[in-house]
Amino acid sequence: MTEKQSVISARNLDLTFQTNDGPVHALKDVNLEIKDGDFVSFIGPSGCGKTTFLRVMADLEQPTGGTVTVNGVSPEEARRQRAYGYVFQAAGLYPWRTIGGNIRLPLEIMGVPKSEQAERVNRVLELVELAGFEKKFPWQLSGGMQQRASIARALSFDADILLMDEPFGALDEIVRDHLNEQLLHLWERTGKTIAFVTHSIPEAVYLSTKIVVMSPRPGRITDVIDSPLPKDRPLDIRDTPEFLEVAHRVREGLRAGHQDD
Amino acid sequence: MRRSVVPVLTVVGFLLVLWYAAAIWLNAPWAYDKATRSGEVLTTSTLVADTWSQEKPKLPAPHQVGKEIWKTTVEKKITSKRSLIYHSWVTLSATLLGFVMGTGLGILLAVGIVYNRTMDMSVMPWVIASQTIPILAIAPMIIVVLNAVGISGLLPKAMISMYLSFFPVVVGMVKGLRSPDQMQLDQMRTWFASKSQTFWKLRLPASMPYLFTSLKIGMAASLVGAIVGELPTGAVAGLGARLLAGSYYGQTIQIWSALLMAAALAASLVGIIGIIQRVTLKRMGMA
Repeated sequence: MTEKQSVISARNLDLTFQTNDGPVHALKDVNLEIKDGDFVSFIGPSGCGKTTFLRVMADLEQPTGGTVTVNGVSPEEARRQRAYGYVFQAAGLYPWRTIGGNIRLPLEIMGVPKSEQAERVNRVLELVELAGFEKKFPWQLSGGMQQRASIARALSFDADILLMDEPFGALDEIVRDHLNEQLLHLWERTGKTIAFVTHSIPEAVYLSTKIVVMSPRPGRITDVIDSPLPKDRPLDIRDTPEFLEVAHRVREGLRAGHQDD
Repeated sequence: MRRSVVPVLTVVGFLLVLWYAAAIWLNAPWAYDKATRSGEVLTTSTLVADTWSQEKPKLPAPHQVGKEIWKTTVEKKITSKRSLIYHSWVTLSATLLGFVMGTGLGILLAVGIVYNRTMDMSVMPWVIASQTIPILAIAPMIIVVLNAVGISGLLPKAMISMYLSFFPVVVGMVKGLRSPDQMQLDQMRTWFASKSQTFWKLRLPASMPYLFTSLKIGMAASLVGAIVGELPTGAVAGLGARLLAGSYYGQTIQIWSALLMAAALAASLVGIIGIIQRVTLKRMGMA
């Protein structure tokens, strides 16, 4: 196996928010390498800084100390180069645009030629299994389908990195299982690097090649687990001893983070 | 639509009954007066007939107003100075011009307030203060000042309409342009969208429902502005002029027909905006 290139790298990252109740230490001394093609999950209780860390990578928050590089450049430069697609917790589709129109939106902003837009929209709609829904309006789709459309939108401009902030957090378990399965397929086919924030242990273990366990006050990384699970993962892999062992280690990590409260 | 016909007709019918009853009550003293002077004795039926057919009643009966409107719209040439359609058009043109100017001004101010911190802090209090000044007090001054610089006719009235109609547009559009939430703005940021792209693709479309609501209020305010602009200025044409002339000469029937005409005008203007709103929002997938 050849050594894979580092895509995201954080060194001694610190971020303190100044609030009315005094400073909040959202991230403290965070070090992490994400390699090309990794599927990395960030898991931890609320307030552990997992979303903040993702937002720092996306240049939506500014760190107060340390450095982050995305594709070897600063997050701001990466944002300028449109190096990543960001999927938020809510689908956030524009109600006045059709599904196709919503997916076209970033392409319009980035000045992709019209002829190419249609082709890209079709391709990503197929990737998320929404072909044929291009002309529908968001309210005509279920919550799970809307979230898939929002993933398609993040994929449309073909960035190599996909940052996902609890994209399935608001969906029910059955829909979530299905989407997890689909996301794995998508990752396999596109070879993208994915950073995925969640607070579900099974979701994190099922999806990831690397699981980052975080704990709050101050937000920090307590454990990084390289998953021993094979790349090909049917849903029932979740009943195997290997899976349960990884899940157990994640749970231990989360508990350890809580002990020093 | 069809479901609302019966309730609306019921209310209209009820109001008509009330109106006729009030006409008897208010016009009866004058009928008794006449009867006493000529030594007649009024029966109930002659009393009712008289109160509903006086020439200068305190409150004209609906059919009198209806007849007057018919006479001054259908039976008069539009070019005639006595045609209510002619007067309505004079007021309508000022209303529309003022509405367009007010809407434009309102949107411009709202964009400024949303995008410029200094304007955000400084403009809104003035906008609100402007609406606390009674328009009746300021209208003559606007007309006089504009006359002094050589502007007369349609524009001064339109300015007063604008003065009233820009306010709801500012308030509604500020709210509308700010309606996208933080997540949607962050999303634009992740795509490295420019400020103008965020405006045209997110803020403006998101503000449409707010804009139409404001336009309805603005249109009604604009009509009031045009009529008020005709009142204190000795205007010779327009619904406001009709109202004023009617009150000079005690022509209550003329006043009421002008009033009803103004109401009908307002209703249809607001109705037209409502239709445009439905069509636009439907095409935008938002209704």
